[in-house]
Parts: sequence; C-alpha cells; structure tokens
Amino acid sequence: MNRRTMRKVTNVVALCLSGLATLIGLFFLGAILWTLIANGVAGMSVALFTQNTPPPGGTGGILNAIYGSVVMTLIGIFIGAPVGMLAGTYLSEYGRGSRLSSVIRFVNDVLLSAPSIIIGLFIYEILVVRMGHFSALAGGVALAVIAIPVTVRTTEDMLSLVPQGMKDASTAMGAYPWRTITNIIYPAARSGIVTGLLLAVARISGETAPLLFTALNNQFWSTNLQAPMANLPVVIFQFALSPYKNWQTLAWSGALLVTLTILILSISARIAVSASGAGAKR
Amino acid sequence: MNTAAAAFDTRHAAKQRFRETLFKGATLCAALLVLILLGGVVLSLVHGSWPAFSHFKFSFLTREVWNPVTDEFGALAPVYGTLVTSLLAMLIAIPISFGIAIFLTELAPAWLKRPVGVAVELLAAVPSIIFGIWGLFVLAPVLQRHVQPVLIEYLGPLPLVGKLFHGPPFGIGVLTASIVLAIMVLPFISAVMRDVFETVPDVLKESGYGLGATTWEVIWKVVVPYSRTGIVGGIMLGLGRALGETMAVTFVIGNAHRISPSLLAPGTTISASIANEFTEAVGDLYTSSLVALGALLFLITFVVIAAARLMLMRLDRRALSSV
Repeated sequence: MNRRTMRKVTNVVALCLSGLATLIGLFFLGAILWTLIANGVAGMSVALFTQNTPPPGGTGGILNAIYGSVVMTLIGIFIGAPVGMLAGTYLSEYGRGSRLSSVIRFVNDVLLSAPSIIIGLFIYEILVVRMGHFSALAGGVALAVIAIPVTVRTTEDMLSLVPQGMKDASTAMGAYPWRTITNIIYPAARSGIVTGLLLAVARISGETAPLLFTALNNQFWSTNLQAPMANLPVVIFQFALSPYKNWQTLAWSGALLVTLTILILSISARIAVSASGAGAKR
Repeated sequence: MNTAAAAFDTRHAAKQRFRETLFKGATLCAALLVLILLGGVVLSLVHGSWPAFSHFKFSFLTREVWNPVTDEFGALAPVYGTLVTSLLAMLIAIPISFGIAIFLTELAPAWLKRPVGVAVELLAAVPSIIFGIWGLFVLAPVLQRHVQPVLIEYLGPLPLVGKLFHGPPFGIGVLTASIVLAIMVLPFISAVMRDVFETVPDVLKESGYGLGATTWEVIWKVVVPYSRTGIVGGIMLGLGRALGETMAVTFVIGNAHRISPSLLAPGTTISASIANEFTEAVGDLYTSSLVALGALLFLITFVVIAAARLMLMRLDRRALSSV
C-alpha cells in the first residue's frame, strides 16, 4: 500500500469511527428514553395523579410528591431567579470589565459546576441544623442555590447580546442606567432571559442529591413548608431501590414524568431562543 | 412658573438618582451574594468537618476502615472509588465525545447537524437519577449476564491486567458506575469540544485542504492543535462533573467501603457514601466524618473545575455557549 492509499484509508477509518461515536451517544439517549417509556407507561393511571404515596404493597399514586416537587421548584426559582438576574445584570452592565466582576464570574462558574450534594450539605448545616428539623423550605433554598449560578450565567450572556447602540441611544436621551436597563435592555433580551429561566427550572426540577437531607421525604400529604415534604426525585430514589414491586412501578412512572417535564422545558427553551433570533446563541 | 418647573426638575432628578442608587445597589448585592455563597459553602464544610479532622487528624485520609459501630472512620476507600470511577469514565467518554464533536463540526450535513446536536444536548438535560435507575435495572443486568463473564474468562487469567477482572460478576460495581458516569459526562465534553472546534477559523482549515490534506489530517493537524486548551478545559469540566456526580453512582456502585483491585467488585465514592448514609448517621463523629468526606470532594472538584474554567476563560466566552 503506498502512502497515498494509506492516508485515504486512515481518513475513512477515522471518520467512520467518529460517526460510530455519534451513534453510540444517540443509542444511549434512545435506550434511556425507551426504558423510561416501556416501564413508566405501565404505571400511568388516574390514581397516579390523585393519590398519595402508598405503604409497601398498597396501591396509590405520587400526588404528594408531584405537589412537593412543584412547590420546592417554585421556591427555588422565586428566590434564585431575581438574585441571579440582578447579579447577571451587574456583571453585564455596571461591572463590565472590572476586576470584581471577573472574580464573581469565575466564582459563579465554579458554583455552576460544583457537586450538588455539596450544596445539600451546605443547606443542611445552615438551615436544617439551625431549625432543628428537615423542611420543604430548606429544600427550596437548596434548589435556589443551584438555580442562582445558572441564571447569572444566562442573564449575563443574554444581556451582552443587546446591541451597544441601543444602550447608547437610551443614555444619550438622558436616561439613567437603571432606566436603560429596565426599559430598553430587559425588553430587548426578554426571550433570552425566559430561556435562561426555563433552563434553570429544568435543571433544578430533577435535582435529587440536594433534597436528600434538606426536604427529606414524607409519605403523607403535607403543605407545611416547615415540615419534611415528599418530592419526585427522592421518592424515585427510595422506591426504585425498594424490594416492593408496586413501589418500583411508581418510581418508573415518576421517572418518566420528571424526564418528560425536563425534556419539554429544554426543548421549549431552545424554541424560545431560535424564534426570537435575538439570542443568536448557536 | 419657571421656578415651579425647575423645582419639579430637581425633585424628578433626585428621584431618578435615588432609584439609580437603589437599583445599582441591588445588582451589586446580588453579585456579591454569589461570592458569599461560595464563602458560606467553604465555611460550613470546614465547620462541619472539624470534629472529624481534629479527632482522626491525618489518619482520616490514609485509613480504609469505615465502622460506625466503633466510630472509626477513614476516607481512603471513598476517595479511591471517586478517583477510579471518574478516571475510568473519562477514558471511555473522551474518545466518544471527541468523535461526536468531530461529527457535528466537520462531517454532518447541515440538515443533520441541528437534530443530532440537540439530541446530544438533551442527553445532558436528563437528570442524574434517571441514569441511576437505568444503570441499575437495564445496564447492570446486561453487563452481569453478557459482558462481565466474558471479561472474567478472557482477561482474568492475563498477567497484570488480570487482577482488574477477578471475582464473580455482580452486575453492579466500579466498572458499571464508570460506564454510567461516562454516558453522563459525554454530552458535556462533546458540547465544549464542538464549541471550541467551531472557533477554528475557516481560513486555517481551507489552507490545510488547499495543501491536499485529507479531512482527518485537517482535523488532527489543524483543528486539534488550534483548540488544544479548549479541549483540555472541556475534559477537565467533564471530570469535575464525574467526580461530584451522586445519584447515578449511588444506584450502581454497590456501596461497599473497601478497596478492591477488581473493577467488577462493589465499591463506594464520596458522594455515594454521603447520599446513602447522611440521614441515617447517628453520632456527631459519624456525621462529621461524612461532612469531612464532602469537604474532600469539594477540594478535589474545586481544583479541577477552577483549572478547567481558567483554561476556558482564555477563549472567547461568547463562543462557548453550552458550558
């Protein structure tokens, strides 16, 4: 084989391997989704959405867990989103180019990839130990701590996409920066910010580790924020590892529900970006 | 009349200035809160782990024992498990991620690029607990029945590497955890690599092709060297994820506090130990030892993530949208 054929062969082999790698990646996504659907659909029923988690062997649903997940995700996003948006605004507008903001940006990036179980330990130390008991509130705050870096990052990215000319025009009209930001920049970056929020909701609604020892779990219906509350991820975790068939079925249905919610959120976030064109992210 | 208007103007301006101060102050406070959060995490970990570190001193890091009954704790087994599963996961994930990134940037026709790219990103959005139950109920039985017996039969008798494949096929264990971790970090690494590859100027690639290079030669000799820092940064970011990943590992690692040379044996990782034992831990020393494990994990991931971020920071942030 001469050198030229050799190079061609190497080329074809390498490119085929790269295609194969892509197929492997897609295969796992398909395999996971298929397993979820195959196992989860069996448990889909009215009872799933109308009854609370049953004792071992009994029948029931996951109503209390769905409620708890929604409540804690809302707490997380209602605390996390404003803080994250304001901090992102500082990084993009007031603090642009300053030394402080590059430090904050770096710290935020570290928090963004920090293990979520560490956040759980942190909230356990500062809230659960102080209050003396596990609570839905602590779970919500833990989720907020995870949502903050996500929102900071997306807000900053989206605000910096707003054309400088628009900001300058507003400033030239005599507007103070706060006016320019709230009346010009926020509306211009709206779809990008919405995308960021959707991604933050998607991120925290599947988080399990930080809830394990903050919100704990509750077998019964509870709306008390000061008490432990059931939530989908922890219910999935406990039920899947249990030896009871009916609990495992519920775990699969819960898993399907969580995954579908998150995939729908992520896909609509992408549509929100591409529909606007303003968030020319990719 | 004029004086009234002037008075109004002054009052108006004062109001505007007040709001400006208020808004600017609010954004600054929120930004500082990010710093305070990290500080709080560090302080709470130090505070919580202090009893364990002061009781066991340095031996906490060097002992394998983990006995809640006699209150003897050592971090060696979980630290070992964390490092081994993550490194093995990276060995599997890096080549596959590289292949996906190459496919998405250089090979895929335009109509295929977006759907495949989105599919890989969706894999990143799947919560880790889903990987966990999938690993336990689907992957582990397949490995136990079809893969591990083959590994034991053919690789077990070999010198040196044979030790890695000794013992019965449990299904769950270090190898299974590594594979699940690899699937989890795959989309993160390939997304960074893809973004980095896309920053390579077309002119450079075209010069390569102009000289008669094949697609692979352009990738290996132009694209990869140009984006070396970004590739390493992406790999480190994936490693950071793998080290701290909790739920996926907890399901499939087997939770055994011991160090076994075999990759097929059950083990444990830092995050799996905390997830499994924290709520059941009785006694201050037990709880504190688990927090101490958390502190070690934070230290390890902080170093890895910080290094990754510093590398990626040098590149254009805007180009790296997916990190």
